[in-house]
Amino acid sequence: MLAFIARRLLQSLFALFVMSLLVFVGVYAIGNPIDILINPQADQAEIAAVTAALGLDQPLWVQYWTFLQSALRGDLGKSFVANVPAIQLILNRMPATIELAAASMVIAVVLGIPLGLLAGLRPDSWVGRTIMAGSILGFSLPTFWVGLMLIMVFSVHLGWLPTTGRGPTVDVLGFPISILSWEGIRHVLLPSTNLALFKLSLLIRLTRAGTREALAQDYVRFARAKGLSMRRVVSVHVLKNIMIPIVTVVGLEFGSVIAFAIVTETIFAWPGMGKLLIDSINVLDRPVIVAYLLIIVLMFIVINLVVDVLYSVLDPRVRVAGARP
Amino acid sequence: MKTWLPALMLCLGLHLPASAAQLVIGLGAEVTTVDPHVLNAAPNNSIGEQVFGTLVMRDARQRFIPGLAESWRAVDDTTWEFKLRKGVKFHDGSDFTAEDVAFSLDRPATIKAPGGFAAFTRPITQKLIVDTHTIHLKTATPYPNMPSDMASVMMVSRRAAQNAASTDFDSGKAAVGTGPYRIVRFAKGERIELARHDAYWGPKPAWERVVFRLISNDAARTAALLAGDVQMIDVVPPADYARLRANNALTVFTSASNRMIFFHLDSSRDKTPFAFDKSGKPLEKNPFQDARVRKAFSKAINRTAIAERVMEGLAIPAGQFLPEGFFGYVPGLKPEPYDPDGARKLLAEAGYPDGFMLTVHGPNNRYVNDEQVVQAVAQMLSKIGITTKVEVLPFSVYVTRARNGEFTAALLGWGMSTGEGSYPLRFLVATPNAEKGTGPWNWSRYSNARMDQILEQALATVDNARRERLLREATEIAIGEQAVVPLHYQVNTWAARRGYTYTPRTDERTYAHEARPVTK
Repeated sequence: MLAFIARRLLQSLFALFVMSLLVFVGVYAIGNPIDILINPQADQAEIAAVTAALGLDQPLWVQYWTFLQSALRGDLGKSFVANVPAIQLILNRMPATIELAAASMVIAVVLGIPLGLLAGLRPDSWVGRTIMAGSILGFSLPTFWVGLMLIMVFSVHLGWLPTTGRGPTVDVLGFPISILSWEGIRHVLLPSTNLALFKLSLLIRLTRAGTREALAQDYVRFARAKGLSMRRVVSVHVLKNIMIPIVTVVGLEFGSVIAFAIVTETIFAWPGMGKLLIDSINVLDRPVIVAYLLIIVLMFIVINLVVDVLYSVLDPRVRVAGARP
Repeated sequence: MKTWLPALMLCLGLHLPASAAQLVIGLGAEVTTVDPHVLNAAPNNSIGEQVFGTLVMRDARQRFIPGLAESWRAVDDTTWEFKLRKGVKFHDGSDFTAEDVAFSLDRPATIKAPGGFAAFTRPITQKLIVDTHTIHLKTATPYPNMPSDMASVMMVSRRAAQNAASTDFDSGKAAVGTGPYRIVRFAKGERIELARHDAYWGPKPAWERVVFRLISNDAARTAALLAGDVQMIDVVPPADYARLRANNALTVFTSASNRMIFFHLDSSRDKTPFAFDKSGKPLEKNPFQDARVRKAFSKAINRTAIAERVMEGLAIPAGQFLPEGFFGYVPGLKPEPYDPDGARKLLAEAGYPDGFMLTVHGPNNRYVNDEQVVQAVAQMLSKIGITTKVEVLPFSVYVTRARNGEFTAALLGWGMSTGEGSYPLRFLVATPNAEKGTGPWNWSRYSNARMDQILEQALATVDNARRERLLREATEIAIGEQAVVPLHYQVNTWAARRGYTYTPRTDERTYAHEARPVTK
């Protein structure tokens, strides 16, 4: 197990390096941040002075080398527009995004698995059909449209929930958390529902397919023949066996929800990282873009690792020992 | 039943409206930091000016009014004297003195950020503290724009900001100013909470507490106003403008903006990259070298149609750099009237009776409806025989390519933030010259020696009446030769719930202290 993790970490370092190079070159190719950000009242001499002060007049490989040297010291540079360390800026916004992602994953899992099971157990009943039809809607409606509709219905017309923003936060172990208060939950309900919709549909379909497949298997028939109650068959035999693909998808989707909750964050003015990334790309705030993507790569690496470890817990046939090729 | 109903209502947010002493405003643009010397952009300045204040202030039409300086004058050609207002207190109770001014003018040059304020402080060669409330600013050459620059650099407390990083401003520790509001909390990407500075020297603002919420999505910002989550928003989306105006529960406030939208036409190079003959081969000769072709371009544009249809009424046709009422505005210089026949005639005279092919470029995420404006212009040009294609790009890609001279006709917007005419003349149409610092954004590379000379004279003239005369003369030359082709001035918009009123401004600032409850 240890050797496995060590090898994974080594691979991760390489992935991080490649990623930093790609992003660096990519941002450089888009345009010159000075052109966008420079004080419009700066003349040529001033523009040149600012460019030189930031090292942006150097050739690309020199700029990258400088970046790499500071990065190895843990310094990914300061944001061009906020003048604070990029890492700090991102970590500052991370709790809000993780909170939103977690809330939406909870909604997706808590509703998706039971609904999927139901649809799988009674595929031809009207309940099963309704659930499946609903999941098609969840898949196909664009997030931004659903988000705006949620706001229009629940905030503007009914006035039940706030339109946008995040509730008041309390610090838990140094992280600002908003969902511990009622006001915070009211704020997170709409955006997390919006974000959950797609995952919810995905989980419903995944669970339903798994359930239908499992029901036809010999071990389920045998369990039924043995006279076990349907409840026990489903909760022990079926559920346990369909969990592996679900855990994989939940893990990866959790990662993608964190990394790319951009649309939902923008519509609901949720102060998370996704909105920061978009704003940074628009003004070519390179230190923030690079740091952001490095953090995301790191996050996916960790999530994948956790998923792999979870497999072994769920399914003894899967071995993540170092001996495995 | 009776006991749970109030509780339920409370839960569902049907509680009483927020106290009258608090104002919540939804902002359309991101505020990146509270440090007032990092990024010279309207959203940041808007917050900064409420918290820190400047020596010279601008009224809603951008004319100078006394701020932290009671008065200012040019003692001689290279010395400006600023007399500071007496009895001004910082948020922490300390006195505002010339020491703080000197410190605030030193600080921008120490900040390593691409969008900083050093351009305003670099011309000052010496800061001479005469007494606690008088400071002399010396420059190497005559510098009439000092008051304008001093309306841009915000004043911080030396005691609080010495050795402070931008994070200390964001945390509020170093964000000690003299403005009508002080920072309570800056939650990045989310909100800025302000509280009234009761010792403020100016008129007392109506609101004890103010919350600026950052809601960049247009539809969500409108929804927040409709739902009453915020009492006021800035940047009303053009698509919602008519609907909000028709809504009795709301009031919409508008003002001409100082931002002019215009085309730069590549007018001095012998060859230009995006003009082709009708078969698609690049033209041997750059047609826009000929002033008649530029004039035809201008005549082909129906500015009224753009303002009314494309911009949904949120634009005013432009015929020069500055909107009416600004220093250097030329009375009588009207927007070029729509005249397709005249345009065709000019094209024929210039040797293009059948027109030619052209690709125009513009950004698609920078100005209000920028892409649609470029599309509209292209259609209008096609009508006079210039078969026009459109290529729009995200501003980050666009601006670098435009500054590299890669385009033939390129759309740009320019906020006349100094409120006077030398700025657009010097930056947009003066002959590019790095030593003199002229023409850094002259994408058309237009060059007219006489105009340059008049402008240079104006830039060295401290006497206001004479300077304005020179600026008008230079403007008439530049516009007469289509150094740029003006399209329109944008219109700044705010909307508020009934019972609130706002003084609309030309400079895209949203000041909480300019919002008031309606008195009956």
